[in-house]
Amino acid sequence: MPDAKIINTPLTDEIIESLSAGDMVSLSGPLYTARDAAHQRLVEGLNQQLAPPFNFKGQVVYYAGPCPAKPGQVIGSVGPTTSGRMDSYSPRLIEQGLKAMIGKGLRSQAVMDAIIKHRGIYFAAIGGAAALMSQCVKEAEMIAYEDLGTGAIRRLTVERMPVVVAVDCRGREAYRRL
Amino acid sequence: MCLKANCLISPDIRAALACARKNEHLPLGREILATLLQNAQIAEEQMIPICQDTGLAVVFVEIGQEIHITGGSLEEAINEGVIKGYQEGYLRKSVVADPIRRQNTGDNSPAVIHYELVPGDRLKLTVAPKGFGSENMSALKMLKPAEGLEGIKDFVVTTVAQAGPNPCPPIVVGVGVGGTMEKSALLAKKALLRPVDEANSDPFWAEVENDLMAAINHLDIGPAGFGGLTTALGVNILTYPTHIAGLPVAVNIGCHVTRHAEEIL
Repeated sequence: MPDAKIINTPLTDEIIESLSAGDMVSLSGPLYTARDAAHQRLVEGLNQQLAPPFNFKGQVVYYAGPCPAKPGQVIGSVGPTTSGRMDSYSPRLIEQGLKAMIGKGLRSQAVMDAIIKHRGIYFAAIGGAAALMSQCVKEAEMIAYEDLGTGAIRRLTVERMPVVVAVDCRGREAYRRL
Repeated sequence: MCLKANCLISPDIRAALACARKNEHLPLGREILATLLQNAQIAEEQMIPICQDTGLAVVFVEIGQEIHITGGSLEEAINEGVIKGYQEGYLRKSVVADPIRRQNTGDNSPAVIHYELVPGDRLKLTVAPKGFGSENMSALKMLKPAEGLEGIKDFVVTTVAQAGPNPCPPIVVGVGVGGTMEKSALLAKKALLRPVDEANSDPFWAEVENDLMAAINHLDIGPAGFGGLTTALGVNILTYPTHIAGLPVAVNIGCHVTRHAEEIL
């Protein structure tokens, strides 16, 4: 993306405030993958007051379940999954300090409200551009819930991952609501 | 075949994406279409999946009625092929054994297999791995005959509008009209197999497809859902005779890859 803003993770309030819905962004730094099964466990853990597998503060969660890595690959194809399946869990994680989510598709009003209240941000990765995104991943490390297979939590270090600001911290949205 | 379907974009889809990129008026939409084409290129060069959701393997089998299959069960052979393809091809295993208890089967089996007995002595296999970002946005409705063509169009356009950005637009829209409840659903799935540059053989339905394509691309969902002219790459309709009292309509949405590979044995 030629006009993309270059941003490093973890994110500060200052960076988040500088971004607006519809901006093309090139992300570098750590991200954590988690799908719905991992979210369910994260929230159950919080309910039982267990220490989470990673500190949410300032971090970015990527809704993605990668393909297995071929020999010589860091990770297999890794595009975004539909974010709506995480809607019931996200506000809880945002309250705990999670700053950004990367996925695809529309979010619920509760998630939008949590984003505004806690100065969060929701990025959309391009659905289906999974081969291209695997090339942006420089490191991948298993963090938790290995039994979930593709749905486990992995810490990825990415370079220049192309995303679009889908919902900014003021609650403005780049998606067309019909 | 599982590998081929998952790593190589079909020529009609590639051409449609390239054409859409030329015509798209919004810069972000053009950028997204360019990224999707680049993604397909990387997938092909490295033989890696275009999308991480390598799907549930849907297999259409056309069996020539003169064939006698020996040496074991065809169903087992198909599932063995799926297991081998997903294992050796480093494809994602996305199947759970029970819809509620949700334990991953670990090998992407079983496939969903549709058999059809046809004249002749050949066996045709079509593997169409279906990702659930788009599958989840599909819908079926039993219309009243009085709702007619307008009812069909309205249902198709509403289904696409409600799907919005979720099924990874630009999408391919498979529509099944007629038959019974399950027949219309199967027709909608099968409709996704037709190349997007091939018109319906019935001029009446070809015109309906054109009308729907125009209405859908007028929704301004656009590539990845950020607005623009390209919401659908194709609308394919299949029909079947139905009951005097009914008008079943099913809409199966395919993503911008709408994968399939076929072999004739």
